Amino acid sequence: MALLEVEDLVLRFSGLEVIRELGFTVEQGTIASLIGPNGAGKTSVFNCLTGFYRPDAGRIYFNGHSIIRKKPHTITQAGMARTFQNLRLFKSMTVMENVMSGMHCRTSAGALGAVFQTPAQRREEELIRRVSEECLAFVGLLEKKTRHAGNLPYGDQRRVEWARALATKPKLLLLDEPAAGLNHDEKLELIELILHIRNELGITILLIEHDMGLVMKVSEKITVIDYGKKIAEGTAVEVQNNPKVIEAYLGSEDEEEFL
Amino acid sequence: MTPSSDTSVITDGMNWLQHQHNRMIVLMVMAAVAMEIPLVANNYILEVLTNAWFYTILCLGLNIVVGYAGLLDLGYAAFFAVGAYTTGILTSQFGINFWLTIPAAVFCSMVAGIIIGGPTLRLRSDYLAIVTLGFGEIVRIIARNLEITGGASGLIGIERPTFFGIELSQGIHFYYVFLLLAIAACFVSYRLQHSRLGRAWQYVREDEDAAEAMGINRVGVKLYAYVIGAMFGGVAGSFFAVKMTAISPETFTFAQSVLILLGVVLGGMGKIPGVIVGAFALVLFPEVFRGFGSMRMLIFALSCSSSCSTDLRASGPGTKHEG
Repeated sequence: MALLEVEDLVLRFSGLEVIRELGFTVEQGTIASLIGPNGAGKTSVFNCLTGFYRPDAGRIYFNGHSIIRKKPHTITQAGMARTFQNLRLFKSMTVMENVMSGMHCRTSAGALGAVFQTPAQRREEELIRRVSEECLAFVGLLEKKTRHAGNLPYGDQRRVEWARALATKPKLLLLDEPAAGLNHDEKLELIELILHIRNELGITILLIEHDMGLVMKVSEKITVIDYGKKIAEGTAVEVQNNPKVIEAYLGSEDEEEFL
Repeated sequence: MTPSSDTSVITDGMNWLQHQHNRMIVLMVMAAVAMEIPLVANNYILEVLTNAWFYTILCLGLNIVVGYAGLLDLGYAAFFAVGAYTTGILTSQFGINFWLTIPAAVFCSMVAGIIIGGPTLRLRSDYLAIVTLGFGEIVRIIARNLEITGGASGLIGIERPTFFGIELSQGIHFYYVFLLLAIAACFVSYRLQHSRLGRAWQYVREDEDAAEAMGINRVGVKLYAYVIGAMFGGVAGSFFAVKMTAISPETFTFAQSVLILLGVVLGGMGKIPGVIVGAFALVLFPEVFRGFGSMRMLIFALSCSSSCSTDLRASGPGTKHEG
């Protein structure tokens, strides 16, 4: 059974259909990609999956359960974590504190526990710190844990976001344009990291990306959308040779003649 | 002494303060000094300082809502009123022992917090400010019009509580009561700030969407802040009622809410020492400049607005306060 199943998803913004009857699946343990030209509706799909947008129709099953119209925090708790296209770190807080936010949904201490510092609360704080440090070590930022997140270079800020997402202990990790703004070397490191997360932590990955080279290198299955509709699906080679995909990205020959 | 050695003394001092252990020592000394003050102070000074500790509790309570969770609350006096009236009614009209009314006051202010917070915390902050403002006024007007609350003239003759056979009636008694409450309020605030819940407030304040994406229940966490803030107000109100022995609706006006908020903002939102300084400034300033007559409120207003605007400039426009 697929980890994520999307069926007939429809999203409208005041009459304009942003997503049109989109359907795709992500199998457990794979690295899948969602690609498409600018404005194709990729990020909207992510926002529907994670509960930030409420789709007008369709079904989304995650791990066998319907998650449609659920709140973002319950979806995260169910095991779906995301990163944002534009970094959304808690800038004035330290790197460590940022990553600790991920463990919030896996812990439960309340106000009374905090005031009286019960043994259970102390153990939990200990656990939050340990898991957060593991996640930071995984992305290679452990030595910067006391720095303020907003003061780090861009590439490091991205890693903080990753560590934060990993700290939620996800089954599925959604990456929104992880390579945006990275240079060549950083992109190579990114590919390593993506493979690392899947192979060592066993986390399924779905990514949105513009960088074709990166997508082709890491993804086992690619879904191509244009104007909110699925136009192709398959492996990198299959998608690359699909005339519809070439048309969506480069324009059709007819249009060329007008220019 | 050369200027350079002078600054190094200051930085050494700051570094020394960074250690938690040393900070504890400073706090203990300050608490000890506060404990000794009644031995040397006259009644007037004692009364003013009692008032300052009282505002410290209220400001720390509001600080949880405004400073930690980043919610603008313009009707905080309502929770203070709920606590005061609960104790006032239960003791004067039902003859219940004061100490037993405290849990009731806490409970009622929590319920008030849930009633106002539950439906409104889904709103973004500007709307929330307006709704809380309305709520504050509603509570005051209800108190003014109900028979059980004594109408516009309020409740009078609230009995003084006894503590192990001693009737708490003198200024010195209440000085210690409010000092201990203020210390407890600091302790609870500190523990909360450095906990899972305290961090969640900060995450929500910094970026609501990112916090939700990390699995934090935005509305739930805000409601928690609101209810805990309300409890602080309720407890303070409860003790206020027995200290004054009379309460009237005019104690809980919008101006009162603004004054408490001013205390929180003056010292720097979200920081416990700052909030204490703010509360003291609030109470001491009008007293110290009593000689200026009614001019003193003008001076107070000007110094408040200038300190607020320098604070804004220091942190830069658009930046958020750090916790």
